[in-house]
Order: sequence, then structure tokens, then C-alpha cells
Amino acid sequence: MSNGRTPSSAASPSPPPAVQAEGIVKRFGPTVALDRVGITVGVGDSHALVGRNGAGKSTLVSVLTGLHAPDAGRVAFLGEPAPAAGDTAAWQARVACVYQKSMVVPELTVAENLFLNRFGPGRIRWSKLRAAARDLLAEYGVDVDPATRAADLTVEQGQFVEIARALSFGARFIILDEPTAQLDAAGIDRLFTKLRELQQQGVAFLFISHHLQEVYDLCSTVTVYRDARHILTSPVADLGKADLVAAMTGEATQTASSWHAAAVTRKGDGGTEPVLRAEQLALDGAFDPIDFAVRPGEVLGLAGATASGNTALGETLVGLRKATGGRTTVAGQPVRPGSVPHALNAGIGYVPEDRHRQGLVLGRSVAENATLTVTDQLGPYGTVLPSKTRAFAQRMIDSLDIKTSGPAQPVADLSGGNQQKVVIARAMARDPRVLVAVRPTAGVDVKSKDSLLGVVRGVADRGDAAVIVSDELDDLRVCDRVIALFHGRVIAEFGSGWSDRDLVSAMEGLPAGAGGDKGDQE
Amino acid sequence: MSETTQLTADAAVSGKKAAAPPRFQLARYRDLSLIPVIFVLGVIGFIVSPVFLTSDNLIGVLQQSSELSLLVLAEAMILICGRMDLSLESTIGVAPVIAMWLVLPSSGPATFHGIGLFPTWTSIPVCLVVGLLIGAINGFLILKLRVNGFIATLGMLTMLRGLQDGVAQGKSIVAVPASFSYLGKAEWLGAPAAVWICLLLFVIGGLALGYLRHGRALYAIGGNTGAARAAGIRVDRITWIVLALGGLIAAFAGVLYTGHYGAISATQGDGWIFQVFAATVIGGVSLNGGRGTLFGALTGVVSLQLVVNVTTLGGVPPLWDKFLYGAIIIVALIISRFASGEKQD
Repeated sequence: MSNGRTPSSAASPSPPPAVQAEGIVKRFGPTVALDRVGITVGVGDSHALVGRNGAGKSTLVSVLTGLHAPDAGRVAFLGEPAPAAGDTAAWQARVACVYQKSMVVPELTVAENLFLNRFGPGRIRWSKLRAAARDLLAEYGVDVDPATRAADLTVEQGQFVEIARALSFGARFIILDEPTAQLDAAGIDRLFTKLRELQQQGVAFLFISHHLQEVYDLCSTVTVYRDARHILTSPVADLGKADLVAAMTGEATQTASSWHAAAVTRKGDGGTEPVLRAEQLALDGAFDPIDFAVRPGEVLGLAGATASGNTALGETLVGLRKATGGRTTVAGQPVRPGSVPHALNAGIGYVPEDRHRQGLVLGRSVAENATLTVTDQLGPYGTVLPSKTRAFAQRMIDSLDIKTSGPAQPVADLSGGNQQKVVIARAMARDPRVLVAVRPTAGVDVKSKDSLLGVVRGVADRGDAAVIVSDELDDLRVCDRVIALFHGRVIAEFGSGWSDRDLVSAMEGLPAGAGGDKGDQE
Repeated sequence: MSETTQLTADAAVSGKKAAAPPRFQLARYRDLSLIPVIFVLGVIGFIVSPVFLTSDNLIGVLQQSSELSLLVLAEAMILICGRMDLSLESTIGVAPVIAMWLVLPSSGPATFHGIGLFPTWTSIPVCLVVGLLIGAINGFLILKLRVNGFIATLGMLTMLRGLQDGVAQGKSIVAVPASFSYLGKAEWLGAPAAVWICLLLFVIGGLALGYLRHGRALYAIGGNTGAARAAGIRVDRITWIVLALGGLIAAFAGVLYTGHYGAISATQGDGWIFQVFAATVIGGVSLNGGRGTLFGALTGVVSLQLVVNVTTLGGVPPLWDKFLYGAIIIVALIISRFASGEKQD
């Protein structure tokens, strides 16, 4: 406006928006992470960005905060084009992102965190610094003593401090990435109250959340992304929850591609002995006591978003975490809690959530990784014979169709999908009675996805059982039954014929059936 | 598996090899990378001095390498499983001293009096048990109390050195039982027994790391602890065993050293840990764990000793040895950094 350099902006008389992104394209190798998307957040607005995993939300955040330069498109703050990539100070003065995990230095005081690397010339005058910090916090009404160690703050106090720090750089646009994931109800209340106050002062928010109810509570506008594309932007009041969920899941495409496990009516469900049974299984701080049983030939889905506790439940089943209550049984025999070797011997196979963190030893060969769980079967007297290892690995490579130059290739050289197949191979190597797979298709291409899920399904089809822990609808589609968790509690249970919208609603914390009521929430 | 799959696999491997970038090859043969270095050192040694290529000199180099190489063997195993033990250099001194204290009579003509708790012939087993206990204590500190391994073993290093000074009253112990000094002194088949023993231990260790499930587990633990745990490997138990074994090997190095020099020196092993790390790292063992072989570590020791030998023969005063060790570590680090293409923290 002031320089009259933005002829394309539509509403010329109104003040320019806090942030305007248009036609943003971002590719990572062959993957298109953002496909000509845009977003506009007005001054003092609170705008929600929702979408399922892989929709492109986090990529947009990194483009908007200057971490990634877009391949095409433009970003403007208050009508001025975004600073050059790498000009950290200029970006900080325009936008800040408050992440789920606090980015403050825990051992330093709040005052020092607020002015980190901005102490001014000469020696640090601590009393002045504390006074400045107190003024800054008071300006935004944050009730925190600047002399406190950052580690001693509560989660939302830490977020307030980060917001105050961002505002003190001059930023008037703040991105909140899942800010409520670790807050209790009272903390969320305090956070929202604070955010509304700041909105009055003209601060704009982009709110990214898996909790749709919060979108309705806090935001005035909502934008939905799906599969790297912009789907819709609408005032929250005009968009019913059902329509919002539909926009996120893409009902139109669903009929074409969605395949569900055949809803076979099992003969004598009560009669067959369950392969895996959880009895009042609980882990303090992660999930409440839960009961379920997986019968032979069944694939059970444990659905839930990031903080729902479903991953913790999966890790408890396989012995990586020690349950604080209840027990797990395999074919009626109790499994010693908190011991992976015992779980393995009981017949529980495990496909871990993060193949880099828990799945693979990246520097070692495909053969070594694939046989990590069966080293006791590869030779007499505790020896591991290379010939047997190779043969075993080759059998795995053939049966799972792993694309590799051979068993000796370092696993780090494989593509994501093939790496994941090696992880599955490792779990399958012991012929598990029950396979527990956590997000088995994270970060793999469509073709690998189908064959990976086919392997999991195959475990059930041969008469054993499988548990898929995931928030990916495609993963859950192969399940005969899905239990949805939210904040550590079972919120809903579905048979095979669930609709995307019902399951997504449940995972996003909307009570069952809420997906149906149209219109406003109050 | 069937003939055909094996054949296709082989074909695939050779096909890939032709197209593979050279870095892949380099990383693959990193364990052998010091062989040409040793060869070059040999040539230089031959040019520098006619004494170099005599069997007396070469056997001397090997004998001097033997005790150091045992510490390297221990440290390499510990590093491969992702840990670190600095106290090995003190174990090599304190374990024999404690063994002597436990087996030597409380009176007699000798300058050092023990308490005579065990008969004299048990001196070697007692020494080994002491080493095992020291390693086990390190394991307790690191794995049970979860204290920082670097600082914990640094503390052990100092404490054990002090223990040796206290027990031996700061003096060397000259009158050691004949059984204790035999292995370090004896000659088998024209070479010192210590050299044969070290070779044998390296072969056993190399085979164990290559062909035993618990040996392979070390690479998994050091390469990715989370993955190892998720695969059902008993990470803590195996790490503990490796640390204890490291102490035991260091104590055995003490036995050889004592026999070699005929006495337990008060400064036995003092400052060796730097050479141990130098040899291990230039031998291709990763400080981050999960990578390296014992063969590589052995070539590391030999290279290091050859450099010192060649420079000594070339007339460089021994006072420059430390400078050389330091320079070698740094050069080796730079080379391995670019050879593997990986950043080192």
C-alpha cells in the first residue's frame, strides 16, 4: 500500500493482511509437499489451518517462517514481500512459531531467555535485564517471574514466554503448532484467554491443531489442506463440523479408492481364544486402563492422533514400556511387562514407529538388519554364520520384494519404502503370533504402502493376528475393527465399515456422532 | 536358498558394484586402509635405517605393541558398542598391584609385603578377577546409576591410579612370582609369547564380533540403541559384559607388561589412554559406536608403533613422541572424516 507495489492484492482499500501467501509450491525431490497453496491471515485474526498428516501444514509453516524458500509463489507480511531467505533477524521481526516442544533454554532464567543474544553492547547488567523482562512480560500480561528458571515453568507459561519473546522482536503474526497437545483443560483455558487478549492488540494467529473443537472455540476462519492442496477457506461459523471433516478427508475421492477389510462375520466370535488380550492395561501419563482382545485372523486398529496415547499403547504391548497396571496375554499366557525379549518369545512381533530411531541400524547391511531378531537361529552354539544370514535375508528380500542390490547393501542406501520393508522383515522373521505395527507406512510411497499393508494383512490371513497403531486412514482400512483413542481414553470403536468422517471426528476429539450435527457448535 | 535366487542376487551385486560411486568402495574397505600406510612406513623405515628391517627390530616393535594392543582390543569393543572407558590405562597397573598385595606374603626379604590371602599360583587369576570387577563397577556406574560414562571412567582412572600408589606405596614391585611374569617373558617359536597371545586374542575377538550373535549385537547396540532394544537385544546386559570384559583384558595386559619389564612399575600404563584412542580411531573404529573392526584397530596399533620406531631410528628424539601421536590422531581423523563422508561430532 504505502509503496503501491502490490497490484494483485484484491481488497485494496482495507489494510493489508498480516500474512498473505499465494501460489506456494514446494517440492522435496519427487514429492510435492505444497501444490500452489495460499493462505491469508488478517490483522488481529485467528486463523486455523487443519489437515491430516501429509496435508502440507508443517511445510507451510517452514515456508512462512523462512526455514524453507518456496519453489514458486510469494509470501507477504503486512503487504511487504517476505525477507530474503537466511535473513533470520528480518524473519523474526515478522513471524514466530511456537512449537509443541518449548524452544527455550531450560537451564536459563526467563529473563535471559527473553533477551537471548540481544543483551546489548558491553557487559550484561542483570538487574536491568530483569527489569526489562518484567516490563516486557507485563506489557503482554504474562504473569511469570523473570528470575524463574525456564525449566520450572508450566507448559503454557513457557508458551507465553515464547509468545512474548516473539512479540518483542516486533512480530505481529504468530504460528501456534499444536499448542494444546500437552496442556490440561485449565491450561488450555488460560492459553486461549491470553490469545484473545493479544488478538485485541492486533496480533494475528495461525493455529494448527488436531483438536477440531478448539478450532471452533478459538478461531474465526479456517483453512483446510489436503494432499498438499488448498481445499477451502471459510469463516468458522459458516462451516459445520461435518463439512469440515469432509473437507479434510475428501469424501468425493473416498468411494473410488477406499478399500476396507471385508466385513466377514466371524463364526463363533466368543469361542475362539484371542491371540492377544489386554486386561486393564494402563500406563500412567499415557493412557487409561484399556481392555481389548485380538482374535486369530483379525487385524485390530488402534487409531489416534499424536498425543492420544495409541503409540504408547503399542510400545507397551511389545515391552518397550512397562505398564503401570493390568497385563497382556498372548494365547492365554501372560507376558512379562517391560521386556522386549519376553514379548518376542511370547510371539509378539514389532514394527516400530520411527524406523530411524528404533527400526534400523543404518550403517549396517540389509542382511544384518533383517536378521536382528533371529540371530539365535543362524548357527549352532550362538554363532551367526554369514552364509545362513545371507540366505535368510535373501528369503526375506524375495518374499517382501525388497528392492536392494543384495543382502550386503547398507540399509541406509535403500529408499524409504524398502527400508520399511526391512523393518517389517525383521518383525516377520520370528513368525510372530501377533504383529504390532506402529505407523507402518509412514513416509513410504503408495506402491510400498500397499505391499506393506498386504504383509500385515497376510499375518492375520494365515490365522495369526495383527495390531496396527496409526492415524493414517489407509493403514486403518485393512483393520477388521478400529478402536479410536483420544487423550489416553477410548473415544469410539468401529467395525470394518466405518466412514472416514466418523473415524477422523473421533481421532480429532469430537465425540461419536458429533460428525453428524450440522451447523454451529453452540 | 535355491540356486537361481542366489545367482540373481550375485548378478545384482556385481551389477551394482560397477555402477557404485567410489565412495561406497572406500567406506567398504576402510578397515584395510592402514595396510598401505604400514607398507609405506616400512619403505620409509628401510630408507631411514638398515636396522629397521632386521627381525630383532621388528619383533621389538611387535613386543612393544603387545600390551598397548590389548588395551586397544578392549577399547575397540567398548567403542563399537557405543561406550567409552578411560580407566583402562589405570587398570593395567592397579590390577597386578592388587593381585600382588593379595598373594605375596606379609613378611620376608622383599621390599613389598602383601597380606598373603591366596596362594602364590593364583596371582594371574586374581589379577584378572580384579580387572573384571573394575569393569563391572564402570558398568554399574554407567548403566545402573546412569552417570556420564566419560566423567565416571575419568574418575575411575584417577582413583585407580591413586589406589595403586597407595597400595604399592608409590614404588615399583620387583619381586613378582615366577608364574606371574612367565607369559610376558617367555619366547615361543622364536617370538615373544606375548605377541602370539595378543594375536590369538585378536583372532578370537574378531571372530566373536563377526560370527557370534552377541558379538554382532555390539554393532547393533552401538549403531542404534533404540533399534537394538526394539529387536529384543538385552542392551544393558551386553554392554555391561563388554565393559567388564574390557577391564579383564586390561588386567591381562598388566600381566604381560609386568612379565615383559620384570616388575610392576609405579607408572605402568600412565598416559596410555591417548595412544589407545589414537590407535583405535585411526584403525577405523567410530567414536559414535557401531562401526569398526578389531582388525582395523590392530593395524592402528601397528601403524602407531611403526611411526614411533621409524622416527626413533631416524634420529628424532623420543621427546617428540607425544607431538607425533597428537599429529597422527588429527591427520587420521581428517582422513577418515572425508573418506567416510560423515560428519563426526
